[in-house]
Amino acid sequence: MVSSSLEELSLTADVLIVGGGMAGAWAATSAAQAGAKVVLADKGYCGTSGVTAAAGPGHWWVPPDPSAARDAAVANRVAAGLGLGEAEWMYRILDQTWRTLPTLARYYKFAVDDEGRVNHRAVRGPEYMRALRQQVLGHGVTILDHSPVLELLARSDGSIGGARGLRRQDGGRSYRIEAGAVVLAAGGTSFLSHLLGSHTNTGDGYLMAAEAGAQMSGMEFTAAYTIAPAHSTMTRSMAYSFATYYDSDGQELDLPLGPDQTIRLARALQRGPVYCSLHRLPDDIKARLHTISPNVPLVFDRWGIDPYRDRFEVTLHNDGTIRGIGGVRVHDTDGATAVEGLFVAGDNASREKVAGAISGGGNVNSAWALSSGVFAGRAAARVARSAVRRTERLRPLGRAGLRPGGRPQTLDVAAIRSSVRAEMHPFDKNLFRTGPGLAASSRILDDLWRDVAEHGHAGTLALREAAALVATARWSVATAAARNESRGLHRREDCPAQDPGLAARLLSGGLDRIRVSLDRPSPATRPDQLEAAS
Amino acid sequence: MIELIVEERCTDCGACIEVCPANVLEPGRAGLPVLARVEDCQTCFMCELYCRTDAIYVAPDCDRRVSVNKEQVVTSGRLGQYRKHSGWDEWAERFLNEQWLMETVFRRAGEAAAQARGGRPAAAKE
Repeated sequence: MVSSSLEELSLTADVLIVGGGMAGAWAATSAAQAGAKVVLADKGYCGTSGVTAAAGPGHWWVPPDPSAARDAAVANRVAAGLGLGEAEWMYRILDQTWRTLPTLARYYKFAVDDEGRVNHRAVRGPEYMRALRQQVLGHGVTILDHSPVLELLARSDGSIGGARGLRRQDGGRSYRIEAGAVVLAAGGTSFLSHLLGSHTNTGDGYLMAAEAGAQMSGMEFTAAYTIAPAHSTMTRSMAYSFATYYDSDGQELDLPLGPDQTIRLARALQRGPVYCSLHRLPDDIKARLHTISPNVPLVFDRWGIDPYRDRFEVTLHNDGTIRGIGGVRVHDTDGATAVEGLFVAGDNASREKVAGAISGGGNVNSAWALSSGVFAGRAAARVARSAVRRTERLRPLGRAGLRPGGRPQTLDVAAIRSSVRAEMHPFDKNLFRTGPGLAASSRILDDLWRDVAEHGHAGTLALREAAALVATARWSVATAAARNESRGLHRREDCPAQDPGLAARLLSGGLDRIRVSLDRPSPATRPDQLEAAS
Repeated sequence: MIELIVEERCTDCGACIEVCPANVLEPGRAGLPVLARVEDCQTCFMCELYCRTDAIYVAPDCDRRVSVNKEQVVTSGRLGQYRKHSGWDEWAERFLNEQWLMETVFRRAGEAAAQARGGRPAAAKE
């Protein structure tokens, strides 16, 4: 394990928030408003870390009046969610988002549209996260930047009582925080795709929750992909709603805007390079693109490409669990997990109940990040207040990469990262899935896990990230193998139809041995429909 | 990935070191931030946004290093372009945040697609 000559930094708090993206910042604000003493620890910098900061989230935004509008929005989403969404949860996040987002006006200058109306729904990422940081500081929260959390700490009864990490801009100094409750808001993972802003989102919060005994849900829904100019991270898709696509012979491809456009684009990319032109974007939008999404045109400009005349190569980046929807299973909208004292928010939590079996990207996931943050912060403050404080020795829960089960060895972290990418990005493995393909991925990922768990001992951030990536990929592959049907984001080439008996959520968990089970099986489900996955 | 810090412009304020979410930069001995871990750069352009002297250039290439000519970059006008178009700091009155137009664009795209096939509007995502 990493040691530093500096003495360990020791802090106490009522509530510890792990992760300073959108969900973590809202959670910290809400916990502080509830009277808690709050510490927020971010791997990078609260304000630029995570996928919100580099993008532009549009929240799910439906006015309460007339109520028929919300009823229709929820009914549409329940239908689109293919049996995995829950109307009650959707109403709750619509309501919370509507009431909370405007309260940021003290720190964020909401735009006024051409008709003079204030627009709350669509915010710009860098400004939004800068505002959330100011709000968090304004509530007296202590922010620890560049302070990745490496593991959770448990009390003797198994409840969570803090975390340990390192201060990477302070000589790698170790720190520990004792807290009445912990909110994991460490984001999801794109499995190191080049999805904008996602490179440090390696699923750390899933691994730490699992080490504490929590389960995952919906991990099979990791097959969302987003378009970007080839060799770039610019996964901002708005302008592509008017895109025209061509193959390498210059023939226009039939890729109409619609729900299966990504699938068609992936199939075209399997055949060869695909090129794109944005000439159909209306002239008034072309003229304002740099003030709508300032980072989008700068990529073209720096490459000397005129996207409205030239044809440029495009690719698809995997969204993993970020625009996908799996994560730690939550028992209530407040992010309560099966583990006492442990809450999850944002992409760290499963979003199946608000998004269903389809991508929550862009609107539902943003409303969830805000609302689940607010709910979890408040609930954690309540738990911390009622917790009986007693001095007791806290037990560190980190395993893989920290405390090996076998003989310590030096591991090649770069090779592990490459191997995870090789299983989780290719279209023929993760988008167009097959039973045999998933079984092959499973064998490779199991071997990787065995290496990390048996031999990994360095205790570095890089090694813990590698462990989290492998663990998350394994839950995803095992759950995808158990869902012998196609539903929403999950597509099985060998089981193309929906199976009415599998209109239910799938739970996954375990570290050395992965278990998949049905969440509250519906009466129509036959027990033999779910094969055991290991 | 981040490829250049123009030393004549850098005031060594340390903002880039602090805001980089991937911890790519380190304080250098000569009073200039050092690109210590370029391979960790996630090409998010955040350092450019927070650099008030427009000293940083991030190449859009996320999966390959490119050689950058300092004189060309300085004269290209691209330094500070992101901060300017974002309306940060001194640009606040000149460049307004028009992110709100996003949903209008998606709606118009859906309508145009529906018109093209003479059917109902299609769903779109950001």
